[in-house]
Amino acid sequence: MNNRIASSEAEIALRDARRRFTPVVSILAITALGALLPIVTQMPLLPDFGLLALLAWRLLRPEIWTPWLPVPLGLASDLVTGHPLGQAMLAWTAIVLACDMIDARLGFRDYWMDWLIAAGAIAFEIVVAWYIALLMGADVRFSIMIPQLALSVLTYPLVTRLVLALDRWRLAR
Amino acid sequence: MAAPANRRPGFSRRAQYGLFLGYVIAVAGMLVAVLLLVIAIIDPRGFAAIKGAALDATTPIAGAGRGAVRGIGGIGEWISDYIRAGSQNAALRAELEAQRRELIAARTAAAENERLRRLLDLARESENEVAIARLVSSSYDSPRRLATLSAGTASGVRVGQPVRAPEGLIGRVLETGRWASRILLVSDGASSVPVRALRNGVPALAAGRGDGMLELRTLEVGINPFRRGDVLVTSGVGGIFPPGIPVAVVTGFSGDTAIARPLADPARVDYAVVLSVYQPAAAGPLEAATGEVAAGPVNAPAPAQGSNATPR
Repeated sequence: MNNRIASSEAEIALRDARRRFTPVVSILAITALGALLPIVTQMPLLPDFGLLALLAWRLLRPEIWTPWLPVPLGLASDLVTGHPLGQAMLAWTAIVLACDMIDARLGFRDYWMDWLIAAGAIAFEIVVAWYIALLMGADVRFSIMIPQLALSVLTYPLVTRLVLALDRWRLAR
Repeated sequence: MAAPANRRPGFSRRAQYGLFLGYVIAVAGMLVAVLLLVIAIIDPRGFAAIKGAALDATTPIAGAGRGAVRGIGGIGEWISDYIRAGSQNAALRAELEAQRRELIAARTAAAENERLRRLLDLARESENEVAIARLVSSSYDSPRRLATLSAGTASGVRVGQPVRAPEGLIGRVLETGRWASRILLVSDGASSVPVRALRNGVPALAAGRGDGMLELRTLEVGINPFRRGDVLVTSGVGGIFPPGIPVAVVTGFSGDTAIARPLADPARVDYAVVLSVYQPAAAGPLEAATGEVAAGPVNAPAPAQGSNATPR
């Protein structure tokens, strides 16, 4: 086991960086990992992993987020996944602002509440993506999005586990 | 878990303004996002440079893992093939007999065709291959059906060119990077391909449904001219897709419209071939095209319904 007390200025800086940047870096990494999956599907099926990670971090640690952080994160997600620019920017920022409003009204939330909020956010993002596709000329029925919606909601707890582990590592002394 | 009771960061005016400013920036960011989306909807080719660069950066990583995933995906099919070997063998043998007879008829027809063509002095426009590349990934979490191809402008790929596999048509090039490009698959909701049925030559538009199937829109109302098992090939109307590329096979009906399954499954094809636009004049602006298109080999009724709407 290594020393719990930082022994040099450099080590302090390193630990500080780890504490500060783990959330953002992990969201970016998970977004990229999802977008770079070497699979070709015939239906929208897999969840938007970046959004799940963002939700898990936001619901776990509300105090570390500035409200505008989802704007650049969403832009990065749009660029990597090839969605129309602005789609995730808009949806993710709206979701985080809505989370702030929910937190302001709701005194207390537990794990099931978090899951419910996440499910609502996922549904919102899918509806936004579907509507933007409709505006761009892709005239598809909403029912084809339902498998993805269900799978995303069921994947959320797994991503939460991952984020919890990262958070424990981030704050470890 | 209790939410932070009060987001108000104490009595410091500076901290309060800082928090407020954060929200102002967030809302401004959302407005910028809306603006970007409006631009994307009005002009789908805007931001081509940025999106192309992002495409170049991400494709090699997805391409590296593709081989492994293809191997894993094939296992299930391999097992089911093994189990069904006996009945499949009998069915295939019967099919082979039927195919052999048809092949002879087709060869005779092709020779006849060639002779008549020479008689008419009709130049056959060849399908020019621009590039051969692999499909490395696809959109997996959006209603759009877009795939990434590992060839870009460096290999001569341009926006609008058709892409096919040996089995059939895959789609059209939508965005290009230098070493990668994004393909609008035929099953995307914004894609519509002018086709005709091989059996009776009925023209139709094959529009994507977003779930991997195609919907056949005919000009006739009421009666459905298709049968289960009908093979559809591109008709060449519109001038983008060369005629005669297999597209889909009719698998069923939903109400009045026929549903078809694309013959080339992008998840399985090894290599995709990018072809040059059949009649380049058709892809250009309308002024440049007038007068040239009329002379082209339009062998089906007028390309109504704007058969090749610009892909978005």
